[in-house]
Amino acid sequence: MLTLEKRPQPSKFWTYMTPLVAVIVTMIAGGMLFAALGKNPFTAIGTIFWEPLFGEFSFYYRPQLLVKGGPLILIAIGLSLGFRAGIWNIGAEGQYIIGAICGAAVGLAFYPAESWIIFPLMVIAGALGGLLWAMIPALLKVRFGTNEILVSLMLVYVAEQLLASMSLGLLKNPEGFGFPGSRNFQQYASGHNAELITGSGMHWGVVAAFIAVIFAYILLNRHILGFHIRLTGQAPRAARFAGVNPKLLVVFCLGASGALAGLAGLFEVSGPSGQISIDFNSGYGFTAIIVAFLGRLHPVGILLAGLLMALTYIGGEIAQSNLGLPAAAIQVFQGMLLFFLLAIDMLTNYRIKLTNRRVA
Amino acid sequence: MDLSSISPVLLLASLMVAATPILIAALGELVVERAGVLNLGIEGMMITGAICGFAVAVETGSPLLGFIAAAIGGALLSLLFVLLTQFALANQVASGLALTLFGLGLSALLGQKYVGVKPPPIAKLHIPVLSDIPFFGPVLFSHDIVVYLGLALVVAVWYMLKYTRAGLILRGVGENHDAAHALGYKVIRVRIMAITFGGACAGVGGAYISLIRVPQWTEGMTAGAGWIALALVVFASWKAGRVMLGAYLFGGVTVLQLNLQAAGVSIPVEYLSMSPYVITIIVLVIMSADKSRAPASLGRIFHATQ
Amino acid sequence: MKLTKLLTSAAPAFALALGLATSAMAQDKTKVGFIYVGPVGDGGWTFEHDKGRLEVEAHFGDKVETVYQESVPEGADAERAITQMALQGADLIFTTSFGYMEPTLSVAGKFPNVKFEHATGYKTSDNVSVYSARFYEGRAIQGHIAGSMTKSNVIGYIASFPIPEVIRGINSAYIHAKKVNPDVEFKVVWAFTWFDPAKEADAATALIEQGADVILQHTDSKAPQAAAEKAGGVITFGQASDMSEYAPLPRVSSIIDHWGPYYIARTQAVMDGTWSSVNTWDGIGAGMVGIGEISDAVPADVKASALALKAAIASGEYHPFTGPLNKQDGSAWLADGEVADDGTLAGMGFYVEGITGDIPN
Repeated sequence: MLTLEKRPQPSKFWTYMTPLVAVIVTMIAGGMLFAALGKNPFTAIGTIFWEPLFGEFSFYYRPQLLVKGGPLILIAIGLSLGFRAGIWNIGAEGQYIIGAICGAAVGLAFYPAESWIIFPLMVIAGALGGLLWAMIPALLKVRFGTNEILVSLMLVYVAEQLLASMSLGLLKNPEGFGFPGSRNFQQYASGHNAELITGSGMHWGVVAAFIAVIFAYILLNRHILGFHIRLTGQAPRAARFAGVNPKLLVVFCLGASGALAGLAGLFEVSGPSGQISIDFNSGYGFTAIIVAFLGRLHPVGILLAGLLMALTYIGGEIAQSNLGLPAAAIQVFQGMLLFFLLAIDMLTNYRIKLTNRRVA
Repeated sequence: MDLSSISPVLLLASLMVAATPILIAALGELVVERAGVLNLGIEGMMITGAICGFAVAVETGSPLLGFIAAAIGGALLSLLFVLLTQFALANQVASGLALTLFGLGLSALLGQKYVGVKPPPIAKLHIPVLSDIPFFGPVLFSHDIVVYLGLALVVAVWYMLKYTRAGLILRGVGENHDAAHALGYKVIRVRIMAITFGGACAGVGGAYISLIRVPQWTEGMTAGAGWIALALVVFASWKAGRVMLGAYLFGGVTVLQLNLQAAGVSIPVEYLSMSPYVITIIVLVIMSADKSRAPASLGRIFHATQ
Repeated sequence: MKLTKLLTSAAPAFALALGLATSAMAQDKTKVGFIYVGPVGDGGWTFEHDKGRLEVEAHFGDKVETVYQESVPEGADAERAITQMALQGADLIFTTSFGYMEPTLSVAGKFPNVKFEHATGYKTSDNVSVYSARFYEGRAIQGHIAGSMTKSNVIGYIASFPIPEVIRGINSAYIHAKKVNPDVEFKVVWAFTWFDPAKEADAATALIEQGADVILQHTDSKAPQAAAEKAGGVITFGQASDMSEYAPLPRVSSIIDHWGPYYIARTQAVMDGTWSSVNTWDGIGAGMVGIGEISDAVPADVKASALALKAAIASGEYHPFTGPLNKQDGSAWLADGEVADDGTLAGMGFYVEGITGDIPN
């Protein structure tokens, strides 16, 4: 029978190979799914993976990978710090929303004044908004020992209601004929998070994501705080002996992830999305959790995972409209990809052994 | 404003209906978590159960077969989670989220031809004497059978965990899987059974929405009920009785909110809509004085090293 | 590779320089794209738009190719989805949700040769039209039937979000219910969701338990219908689609979104080269708002008067918002015989006199 044997240390070979194997296996399984739906599996798979990168309109889709992947990476980096320390912020979606609301509110308060200072102020407000929203589960955990998974998750739904209230009330565009939604930042130069180079997809949020990757890498590998985070996750008792203050760590990890999620929200509302509306959030906060794990909680891994995720979204959209695949099929396909990545990832840490008889 | 138009009898009766799906799903997750496994895929399993149950009930005309199919559907999906977390030793949080994503997509594919179809009706029980008792009759004794199944499940889960050997082993596995393993218990096998049970419960909970509460099939119709069920388990600090309390509280706040609006009470709706979640947080804080805590091995990967 | 794809591939080279030029001109088939906010299986809003798409296919046969993308979130994702359709050579793109307004305009600016049609919005440009339906005309007929048939004089209304479209519907239904039944009372429940079957079912149940024997809904699922059927003795109206599986009771009639004729006409205009930017707000007369068959559960005289009302609205002889009408606070709005102007209706943010309760915010 097959048994698993833990490797003394993670396999370098499989660390790089598992994503590749997983993608190939997903292509096969996904191809069968698409064939079952009556589509040509080769065209479908080709559309999802090839079109956005090398297809005839890739000049448009490649930058879009950054637009879609940017917020995912930014949020996932923040989450990965906590996840490594065993602190589970799964309410990034809420922090994303609150960051967007706070940042947008600051920008709209200045409307129609034009000044270079407005956008930086919005950025600060966005980060602070996310940070404060994340402080609720953090402080409750520190003070009362409440479970942060639950509190942060509950706060997502609270934030969604606030969002609806804001787009219908306080932040509603006074010139919008009573329709819900705020003014559009794309038409407000001082508050607009525009593309830095036209057609490149690079906006400040993408830049922030790259900076976050670099900072997280340095923090985790070169800084004592990063060491504490890793130690707490691997051996909480040892960490306490090493002088780690677990309460401070909770506040730091939740605060950092909240601030990054808030930033992502602000960059999205002032850039690609443009306005606060009832359905402004589109699940980035939850998808980022998956991205964090796909990237094995490693900054560079998260960068790649975020781009891969963006690829399946964009490729999936193309497949929908070109081939008439239902959106649900794309969702199933993404689910499969995650399953295979998670399952095959085992080979990094374990060796499969074929044993014929009992091992003594 | 006319509060007298709210009938407490009817309010309580509809509260029981609103609470049932999350109650059943949460009980399943309770058992899973007591075994030391965190499955965030409840929403995916519920919606899969909702469509499996709906499709089978429509095709066979039998709601009973529908509920059985829902349990099987939910359980089958949970087996994917088993494969990932128990055999491939993958992270449980990520696997659970992937399960939800997959379940939502799969259910939508399966349900394409069931949009706009009416399911066979389920009769409400009418228990001759009990149902006619004033007040308690309509509140407690005139529901469909699944409501009672949910209540029976509360008792069964409570009894099983507290008084049976199986419950003891399950809790042992959840508290310290290495010790349980050392004592010769099959950690993986116990967890597989728990996860499958959780999947079946989530499936039945989902089918309650599609077959009785709404009743119809539409994509994404569970609309977050799975997440509420997850919240309930923690809210209840892993105790079956409190899950019931929590389910009624959650169901109750929504139903009450809508009733207050209908009675013309001028309430800020969006703030009331967020109230169940705020209340949960407050209750969590209050209950933090209680020393009952999460199973010690919750979410941790078990691998038997010999 | 298909011919159309080869032909469209000339674009990228200069598209980069021109800021995304279109490539759709050389096709033999007219390509029509649709962006949907929900899944086509939602049984309501998106379902009806997709029916419109299928009508276009049925009408033009080989001469058109239609493409669609469902469940497109509003915001950045919408802009990409619309751009992608334009890149792939669509000649005409319908974006079917209010939240697509800015993305549609933004993409339209980059593809001057592609025609865009945005549903329920108010901003147009050279190649962007807007279209919407006067659903309040249908609400008038619902209100008429509801007011005539209620025995408890309590009518429940499940509203989604407090936006002009929804408020207009409540007012129109109330005015016409009141006309035939001065004692009628409206109970409005704001669900703060377009689509959550379980919550809609709860809302309907709450209203019924508080004495409502008519349920009107401005949310998309059929859950209220089922709740009414379960309760018994309650009538409802189909919303967005006919919901005829609940006829003859509880569903006694319905408002049907009927986009097909408009979609066909606009596609024809693109084929003929006569397309121009317009602002369409059509009602029963033009066939954009359909009134589903009034079932036999409605007394014959009520049915007859409802049909007469429908005919009067369709011919333009009667406007549902005709004075004298006061606002909720008692201030005068429309003088006797005065008809509401479209501007006021489009941005309606107040109840008419007689409705109790406040609009949230």
